Amino acid sequence: MAAKLPLSRREFVKGTGGLLIGFSLADSAIVPQLLSAAVPPQAASTTPSPARLDAWLRIEKDETIRVFTGKAEIGMGVETAYSQIVAEELDVAPARVAFVMGDTAETADQGGVGGSTSVAQGAKPLRNASATARFLLLQLAATRLGVPPDQLEVKDGIVSVKGDPSKHISYGELAGGTDLNDALNVSGAGFGLNVQGAGKPKDPASYTVVGTSLPRVDMPAKILGHFTYITDVRVPGMLHGRVIRPAGVGATPATVDEKSLQGIPGVVKVVVKGNFVGVVAENEWSAIRAAKALKIGWSAPVQAFPEREDLYRHMRAATPKATRVMANQGDAAAVLATATKKVESSYEWPFQSHASMGPGCAVADFQPAGVTTIWSGAQKPHALQQGIAQLLNLSADKVHVIWVEDSGSYGRGGYEDTAGDAALLSQAVGRPVRVQWMRADMTAWGAKGPASVFDLSAALDAAGSVTALQYTSRAFSGTEILPQPNSAGNLLGAQLSGVANTTGADEFAVWGDMAPRYEFPNLHAVGYVVPTFYATGSPLRGTHLRDPGGPATTFAVESFMDELAASVGADPIEFRLKYIGNDARAKAVLASVAEHAKWDRRPSPKKPAASAEVVAGRGVALAIRNGTYVATVAEVEVARRTGLVHVKRIVCVHDCGLIVNPEGLRAVISANLMQSLGRALKEEVTFNRSNVTSVDWTTYPVTRASDVPEQIDIVLLNRPDLPPGGAGEPSSRPTAAAIANAVFDATGVRVRQAPLSPARVKAAWGTAVSA
Amino acid sequence: MNTNTSLKVNGQTHAVSADSDCPLLYVLRDDLALHNPRFGCGLGQCGACTVIVDGRAVRSCLLPLSRAAGKEIVTLEGLGTLEKPHPVQAAFIAEQTFQCGYCLNGWVMSAKALLDQNPNPSDAEMRKAFESLVCRCGSHARIFSAVRRAAASMRAAANLSDAQRSA
Repeated sequence: MAAKLPLSRREFVKGTGGLLIGFSLADSAIVPQLLSAAVPPQAASTTPSPARLDAWLRIEKDETIRVFTGKAEIGMGVETAYSQIVAEELDVAPARVAFVMGDTAETADQGGVGGSTSVAQGAKPLRNASATARFLLLQLAATRLGVPPDQLEVKDGIVSVKGDPSKHISYGELAGGTDLNDALNVSGAGFGLNVQGAGKPKDPASYTVVGTSLPRVDMPAKILGHFTYITDVRVPGMLHGRVIRPAGVGATPATVDEKSLQGIPGVVKVVVKGNFVGVVAENEWSAIRAAKALKIGWSAPVQAFPEREDLYRHMRAATPKATRVMANQGDAAAVLATATKKVESSYEWPFQSHASMGPGCAVADFQPAGVTTIWSGAQKPHALQQGIAQLLNLSADKVHVIWVEDSGSYGRGGYEDTAGDAALLSQAVGRPVRVQWMRADMTAWGAKGPASVFDLSAALDAAGSVTALQYTSRAFSGTEILPQPNSAGNLLGAQLSGVANTTGADEFAVWGDMAPRYEFPNLHAVGYVVPTFYATGSPLRGTHLRDPGGPATTFAVESFMDELAASVGADPIEFRLKYIGNDARAKAVLASVAEHAKWDRRPSPKKPAASAEVVAGRGVALAIRNGTYVATVAEVEVARRTGLVHVKRIVCVHDCGLIVNPEGLRAVISANLMQSLGRALKEEVTFNRSNVTSVDWTTYPVTRASDVPEQIDIVLLNRPDLPPGGAGEPSSRPTAAAIANAVFDATGVRVRQAPLSPARVKAAWGTAVSA
Repeated sequence: MNTNTSLKVNGQTHAVSADSDCPLLYVLRDDLALHNPRFGCGLGQCGACTVIVDGRAVRSCLLPLSRAAGKEIVTLEGLGTLEKPHPVQAAFIAEQTFQCGYCLNGWVMSAKALLDQNPNPSDAEMRKAFESLVCRCGSHARIFSAVRRAAASMRAAANLSDAQRSA
């Protein structure tokens, strides 16, 4: 029985790579194998054109369908979903589909991973290429079997004549080992890259593989301990590197005392390049010891940040660097000026850290005369190829990025920077270097999800209807560090070594995009971007963190909607339905969550007994993200003495169009809920005037076992009539607002600052009680 | 500075030459190519590096090599095989437990250590045993389900073997 477990068929590298890293559960050895292949140094490493079928898919003689994709697995099961999509179009068993992912010499540039687009957009060229391959294989089979293609059928890669199954031929016999070099029409680029060929994809109504809960193809290998993560890559002659970040923002190493490393065996080199400092050693422990022991006389850091408690005051007072009016209809200001009833509230959301489980790891093999190889788990390998090439002053075709899975990542959290660090250190020592970040390198010095503040006000008429709403957001830009690491200036090591930051266009906290687009007769929404604290080499640099801007903006807007509902004595769900317009899918998720949560239809708050030590309440929030709809209800208990909020139950209704893999989707949503619960209750980057002080799992707490709700109900609304949408991020979005609304329902106290830590809740409650 | 140490891992004895202060984690990963104990923090705060030493779940990132010598060390590699997965592994696979799986070593090894000592942990006991572990992706709910499934299957197997003995 066990032998039938589905196995991950992912493979890294083909003949041109010089090294073959692979594993097989058939191997007698348990340890992942590293095979060194004697391949001469390469002259160049080029990315395949997407315009040929064999850039996407090849049929092997052993009947393996080898698929090449510029996408990557970041832990949410996209490899499994892709294997279903390919298997569906080709009529083969999913277990025969093997992947090469994110290798810049082997896969087309699909923009890497981001924006919950891997299934919604990234699967399109795979689907079309597979359909075209099937079409061509049937043409070949028709010739070989002597009947027209429409008299053929396919079952698990065997083409046979309808009504005469004795006449058959397999895909491998037809095309095994040959290149399907048919031309494809290419459209779009990056996430939107698509190809079209002679084959038409199937009608979704006929799907038999897509829509089923195929188990995750990578799970057995991972749980049985046979899986190769980036941290397990070893190459011959490899050294170990560690980086030492500045004592604070802008600090420079005035003195570096290499004598302080005496007695540590195997230290190869101390590398200093501007404010970038690293050590390289023969073994990992020596590198760790050297990084700790190295005496550096840092110059005084720049006092670039405000005191932590002044962050939101600073953001409101700062002169914005950019302004955008996001909605303007009617005359909200005039209506508010004369309104008899007004509600005004402000909300605050902190910097948050990616804090990936694995702190970041990469291997670089710098080759001045040949092709430099980078092994990295960064989400966007093709962009990284450009960035590393610029960093090393090489042309892009002299850099080969081999993507190998790292721990889960949630945006541009730092794996890109680790690759840059490894490249700098390998260049400095002329040998392959593996860089493993320590915990603080990720939690303190990885790029951050930006802080934001929101001011909302609304006018209500005598009948309790909202007549006008004003929205103002002030946020650090989520593109202080671009999600695409396609320039040297994007990489932290490069910035510290003196390369200017390559920032992007300003990114706002956007009304109607990062929160539901409610409709009011008079509406004015404006956003401001707060200037960065420090342009280059700062640990408080904003970038994309899972659902950029979404949880923060939705926390503000969905909390405010709740305040408005409470102000007119309306049930929170009914109030939302009144203002959501004609959006049937939004109405459907709200109705469904009310039904499944057995929603207690009444206004909030619940008005607890003043003496109760623990009070309970429920709250709701809605999220709409790029065509995916989520409604979440949280049921909480709040302890009066401690201010501790415990979520007892979460009900999440999710509609992302056609569902490719229901069980895989449930797992992704469940994880999103638990991660965003931590962001709502615990996660906050702390800092002093010149450095980040949340550096590890104690100072940057995340969801732990004791935080997990006793009951989690996930309800999937399948929409086979709609194309599959994104699911990697949307269910992260409404959690914080739903919890804050439940806390209000339980206590009658509105907490408007995230995270809802015990101290913050206790302080707000205490103030309310004494007032 | 390097000393020769004899390490007993997964039933096999290995002679290693390393600094006696070097945490066991790096010896396992770099000298013995046992990669499943994973580096998560190096501070004992997350559990990704967990191994079982003389029956107890231990953070290998904090355990000096000198204190691991002579002990019975079990890593994830030593639990089960594809043909015969450990019941904890079988349960974690059946529940499709993880997202990225980088942390799973800590949860699987801690679950084994817990169930070896307490075959029927209550919800509170399970949470307490796991409070010192991190799963950044948020797979907790499925982890709990997997541990309950593993506990049930291990109890069933134990009852079965009791019945066989008494028969």
